[in-house]
Amino acid sequence: MKNKKTFIDPLIDNNPITRQVLGICSALAVTVKVEQALVMTLALTFVVAMSNTIISLLRKYIPSSIRIIIQLTVISTLVILIDKILQAYMYEISKTLTVFVTLIITNCIVMGRADAYAMQNNVKDSFLDGLGNGLGYGMILIAVAFFRELFGFGTILNFQILPEFLKNGLMTMPPGAFIILGLIIWVQRSLTSYVEE
Amino acid sequence: MKNKYVFIVTIAIVCSLVLSLAAEGLKERTNKNVEIDIKKNILNAIGVNINNLTILDMDKYFIDNIDTLIIDMEGNIANLLINDLNTIENKQTGTVKYFNDNQEYLPLYKEIKKNIIIIPVSGKGLWSSLFGYFAIDANNYSTVKGITFYNHGETPGLGAEIASEWFQLSFVGKEIYSGKELLSIKLTKPGLADKNNLYEVNGISGATITSNGVTTLLKRDLQRYEPYFNNKK
Repeated sequence: MKNKKTFIDPLIDNNPITRQVLGICSALAVTVKVEQALVMTLALTFVVAMSNTIISLLRKYIPSSIRIIIQLTVISTLVILIDKILQAYMYEISKTLTVFVTLIITNCIVMGRADAYAMQNNVKDSFLDGLGNGLGYGMILIAVAFFRELFGFGTILNFQILPEFLKNGLMTMPPGAFIILGLIIWVQRSLTSYVEE
Repeated sequence: MKNKYVFIVTIAIVCSLVLSLAAEGLKERTNKNVEIDIKKNILNAIGVNINNLTILDMDKYFIDNIDTLIIDMEGNIANLLINDLNTIENKQTGTVKYFNDNQEYLPLYKEIKKNIIIIPVSGKGLWSSLFGYFAIDANNYSTVKGITFYNHGETPGLGAEIASEWFQLSFVGKEIYSGKELLSIKLTKPGLADKNNLYEVNGISGATITSNGVTTLLKRDLQRYEPYFNNKK
């Protein structure tokens, strides 16, 4: 029961983007197309889950005065690793994503979860928490990308859905992302009737 | 106290070990990807439909039909391989220079069957450096056969349209020489290009700086190859 909650909670009720408004920068940047958002989701989920697991494994040995440095080292290693893997196996996507992937290092969600959760909890919970947060982030990312690609290019995963003349350039630009993200946060918060204190 | 330092050194060593192993292990694959990407773009510039080609097909096409030449700044063919050249990118202008032993050279590709030459071009757009290939008919060294941009960081939907088909096709059939004068190709304001004018194409709406960047980089990079064109004519 607790396991399930650790995993499900960050997906909806405690979603890192819509509830905590973390990781917005990349949510705006990589949501032009669904494909990029999918890859970014996988990359971030991998990094959060792994960094949470590793930090949790080491939590009893990490001296608290240098814990941030240790967390950052672990996270950077994972991020560079995933960037290398993308370059080797998904070159086309890595060309457009490489800047954002390396910026996962500075994504608040990763370090936030490592410091706030993995440092206090056991390995299994930390892994699930990381998985949940990564996917929670990804869900919003994909949702935003879905609308931006649909209205901006008229395509979904590069398949033409809407006719050419309905394309709206605004959606492909950062303001489009802000508008969609704002709407999603609004919908989510009115559904969960969450009010900022 | 001592424990802390031992701990952080251990972490650092383990992490760097993992990364070096990964980088070394994936190097071959990554380099291969870069190589394929270059080939794809060269083929794209000369109008070969790459969607139906496998990697092996592309390799074969390259071996059979494409020569890589290195020329010196006087336009003479140098006896070097492309791997002998060190590339240096000027981050301000986006120009790429190629050196061997402090001597500047230029690479170029030649499609033997169709008799087309392909030159790499690069320059600054609005946010980023633009990298591409420009293909010219080697019968007169003037008729444009194609252009492609394979690496850029321009705004999707605006400047990034330089990578789109309509934009790249608008170059095909244009000329860069008027008699002996190298005019290159100019990007006009969107919609203002005269169809019958062989030296201009439509710029991209909402991307004036990117369009001007393309005009500048074409002229500048074509000028570098002028000695070679003149030698050949």
